[in-house]
Amino acid sequence: MSGHSTYEPKYAAEKWLDKRLPIVRMGVDFMGFPSPRNLNYWYAFGGILTLCLISQIITGIILAMHYTPHVDMAFDSVQRIKRDVPFGWLLQPMHAVGAAMFFLAVYIHMLRGVFYGSYKAPRELLWVIGCLIYLAMMATGFLGYTLPWGQMSFWGATVITGFFGAIPIVGESLQQWLLGGFSVGNPTLQRFFSLHYLLPFIICALVGLHVWAVHHVGQNNPIGIDVKKKQDTLPFHPFYTMKDAFAIVVFLMIFAMFVFYLPDALGHADNYQRANPMVTPPHIVPEWYFLPFYAILRAVPSKLFGIILMFAAIAVMFILPWIDTAKVRSMRFRPIARWCFIIFLFMCFVLGWCGANSPSQIAIHMGEKGITFSTISRIATLYYFAFFIPILPLLGWFEKTKKLPKSITHAIHEGVA
Amino acid sequence: MSDKFADNSGYAHEGHGDDEHTRRDFIYIATGAAAAVGAGALAWPLVTQMSAAADTRAAGFVEIDISQVEEGQQIKVLWRGKPVFIRYRTQKEIEEADAVDVSTLRDPQTDDERFVPNFSGKINKKLLVMVGVCTHFGCIPYGEQGKVDPQSSFGGWYCPCHGSEYDTSGRIRKGPAPLNLLIPEYKYISETVIKVG
Repeated sequence: MSGHSTYEPKYAAEKWLDKRLPIVRMGVDFMGFPSPRNLNYWYAFGGILTLCLISQIITGIILAMHYTPHVDMAFDSVQRIKRDVPFGWLLQPMHAVGAAMFFLAVYIHMLRGVFYGSYKAPRELLWVIGCLIYLAMMATGFLGYTLPWGQMSFWGATVITGFFGAIPIVGESLQQWLLGGFSVGNPTLQRFFSLHYLLPFIICALVGLHVWAVHHVGQNNPIGIDVKKKQDTLPFHPFYTMKDAFAIVVFLMIFAMFVFYLPDALGHADNYQRANPMVTPPHIVPEWYFLPFYAILRAVPSKLFGIILMFAAIAVMFILPWIDTAKVRSMRFRPIARWCFIIFLFMCFVLGWCGANSPSQIAIHMGEKGITFSTISRIATLYYFAFFIPILPLLGWFEKTKKLPKSITHAIHEGVA
Repeated sequence: MSDKFADNSGYAHEGHGDDEHTRRDFIYIATGAAAAVGAGALAWPLVTQMSAAADTRAAGFVEIDISQVEEGQQIKVLWRGKPVFIRYRTQKEIEEADAVDVSTLRDPQTDDERFVPNFSGKINKKLLVMVGVCTHFGCIPYGEQGKVDPQSSFGGWYCPCHGSEYDTSGRIRKGPAPLNLLIPEYKYISETVIKVG
């Protein structure tokens, strides 16, 4: 897909440099990358995510200049950033809200990939690297949420590290090793800060591989058929740089709305209380982007099985390219899969709703009694897994797909792309 | 340079070619093994540094004066970063705990098994000492001063996080927690002082 280089150095200096270090050539070829001409706005999220990563790293490096990773000082140092540090009121929410926006973008990006079958051959590794990035993002998000050392930070860290304590035999020693003590304390905070600073650079490296892979196999597109001729493509610049730029502006408007007007809307009020190991907040909840997994964790009344299910919910994403047996990539041409996907999306929201509420609470009132969140989360968890196994493998065999267009260019002329 | 190269390859093919191969293989394996041992020896401190440090482990015990706790009261004392519950149980609570059929419990334990002998060598069923950490995900259950959460039906402790319920002996009765509230290692060092840890 890379094709041959279109770069021709004009001036002597350019030629001199090109012979010694063809870095300009690399950049020109990168920007001129032939992309399918029918990419829609769902394809702008790659660019948006790059921006999120850069923004998180820049604001993060700045916050680290003012933050103190010590149990006695962490909470105050974050408050100081918000109140006293010049423009801290802007930079701290940019980082905290930025994390939420990053997850919003990555979820859209992933669901886009599922809908258009972007994980199918030859893009399996591209997908798996993407899953690794998501995993690293989850770790980074969790570690970062601990740093302000409020009540939710502390108890979130206690609950999550408690997962490891559930592992038979080695659990307790493993948990003590992770915490650096008998419970979440100063050694925990310090290592979480160190790792929170490290992981984004690992994400950068993974993003490098992800982009390399997409440039090697080429982008998928909304109709999911391969690029056949040059007419099917457009150079990335200026066509998609402009399209991405517009999407980024819209995305930044939403981002800015949260940063300036609702900086705490996505967080939890309890995190404005100092961490207190003697008092558990009445209702521990993770950030919104972890709620569906939290609901899966609590869907079963067994500690170990709940943890296994939660990790399975993430692990199943990694094997998606091999469990979907359908030959047709895009769900635009898969009438049943499309509905199963829409239900899947709905169930993810349902799980999020269950995760935000207490399991024993009544979700839907019916006369005297009603349906509890625990029951609903069980149904949604069941569908979550059923979508991967057996729905996707079975559909590949039974589903009658619609007729695929001859080429991307044909599809555009016929008005279906 | 090229002469030397030719010499070398000639040497390898002459006579003891096979012999050379095994010797070279041996050197490869020996080098690899030495490197693996070295890497392992280096990895050990890099991994072990994360365990609880000596000062953290040294601060692992606490002495508690129990003389001020009155019947029906509970005090919380921080031990290893976690609260220890010291509950002076009422006669009714003790009777309730004794009345339970142990075979029906998730983590079977009689009430008596949850105590250590006091200073005079007998068990004091009035003073229940437990780690106040839910065995599910480590939240702190409610139940201070007999103010049991109205949602609990076993008269003991109730965890607000995921709804685990413990009875008046701190045994798990309902909800996702797998085990009874932990009894820490402790002993009476006088009539009125216990040492936890």
